[in-house]
Amino acid sequence: MSRIVGLTGDETAAEAMRQINPDVLAAYPITPQTETVQRFSEFVANGLVSTEMVRVESEHSAMSACVGAAAAGARAMTATSANGLALMWEIVYIAASYRLPIVMAVVNRALSGPINIHCDHSDSMGARDSGWIQLYSENCQEVYDNLIQAVRIGEDKDVLLPVMVTFDGFIISHAMERVEILEDEEVKSFIGEFRNSHSLLDIDHPVTYGPLDLYDYYFEHKRQQIEAMEKAPSVIKKVGREFGKLSGRPYDLLEKYKTEEAELIIVAAGSTAGTVKVAVDELREENVKAGLLKIRAFRPFPYQEIAQVLKEAKAVAVLDRSASFGAQGGPLFLEVRSSLFEKDRRPPVINYIYGLGGRDIKIEQIKRVYEDLEEIAMGRRPTQPVSYLGVRE
Amino acid sequence: MKEKGWKEIPIGGLIIEAGNAEKYKTGSWRTFRPVRDEEKCNHCLICWIYCPDSSIIVEEGKIKGIDYAHCKGCGICSTQCPRKAIKMVEERSK
Ligand code: SF4
Ligand code: SF4
Repeated sequence: MSRIVGLTGDETAAEAMRQINPDVLAAYPITPQTETVQRFSEFVANGLVSTEMVRVESEHSAMSACVGAAAAGARAMTATSANGLALMWEIVYIAASYRLPIVMAVVNRALSGPINIHCDHSDSMGARDSGWIQLYSENCQEVYDNLIQAVRIGEDKDVLLPVMVTFDGFIISHAMERVEILEDEEVKSFIGEFRNSHSLLDIDHPVTYGPLDLYDYYFEHKRQQIEAMEKAPSVIKKVGREFGKLSGRPYDLLEKYKTEEAELIIVAAGSTAGTVKVAVDELREENVKAGLLKIRAFRPFPYQEIAQVLKEAKAVAVLDRSASFGAQGGPLFLEVRSSLFEKDRRPPVINYIYGLGGRDIKIEQIKRVYEDLEEIAMGRRPTQPVSYLGVRE
Repeated sequence: MKEKGWKEIPIGGLIIEAGNAEKYKTGSWRTFRPVRDEEKCNHCLICWIYCPDSSIIVEEGKIKGIDYAHCKGCGICSTQCPRKAIKMVEERSK
């Protein structure tokens, strides 16, 4: 049984955290994440959770406290945005290297500078090589669903990696939507208990975390992390199926929206996927064979599944809400395009960088992308591989 | 020590066997070797307390020698010895 409530993305994240009831939550406030932690601190004050909340002096300390707590055997969580994530950087890598399944909500915000508090994906995309699993959310419901699944995914014995659940700052974090919330007991039994088999507090089995690891073993430990990421897709799928049985909302690595027999496909992640769906619906009315491939898991990157969906399309556009300065295009574009390289048949793939610093993206703009794709599908060679959607010339 | 493959070792760089640093020989890191003068030494054990690598061998309250398989040659024992009984000697001039 679930109840239906109206919540903002930040409030939804706090609600999921309340039900997860982590042993430790360490966080530092930063716009647009603030309300998540603020609301959670009310739960702590009102005795609704048994969490030890650590009010740290910086994000570097927040992640450090999570690492210590998780190494001690606690289920640890945090939340941050943009510059907060940047300040955590050193420990973000360490959390993954120590194989600690910390769950972190990342409320996507543009990295400074110039300083900006609005949404783009530069923060989490910058952390794409840190060894964290990354799940992108389209709306408040997915924030809730992803956070609960993240606990199970990260703690799976074959994975043991930290998980970032991202959602777009302000667009999702501060917008109120209809959200279905499971019973507390349902969430509790779905996530189960966390058992760290190498707990620092287990005095009968002493363990050292973080010893010096030089050229003789560091490489082997990195190889293990790669292996854990390779095992993650099947765990994400399994947890997604089980969550579907519980909630009626099954999850996969990707969401295919009207991609079957679609000739023109847009690939996108985050809230923009919702906007693209509206454009797809309207274009379908006009018999344009438009579809959307939504990226839910960016790490691990589901390149085989992506190639499978895109290989029959006539033209593909990848929308990137971050720039990779000096690269051949945005991070999503580069990986989507290279996932097609081994295929005998591959459609032309173009890139649009959009929405930096919270610049709005509208249905009409997305329809223009589909118009471009239509021309490319009819044989026009793309004038340039990367375009900038919504920037003033 | 035979080096193991990535499937054979604990994940995360964890050390799950207490005290196994003994298996990791660090003596080759040394440039200067501590040499104790039995004549000057009064077995106060200060060097034993200070040695960061547990390389001062003590038996029945007396210094028996230095564990050169692990001693890194940091020189702390030599600096701390109140009787100046430990000299640091360059390795190649042994
Ligand atoms: S500190 Fe000096 S005097 Fe004391 S036990 Fe060591 S070598 Fe001997
Ligand atoms: S040189 Fe350093 S490591 Fe070697 S015995 Fe003296 S204190 Fe210990």
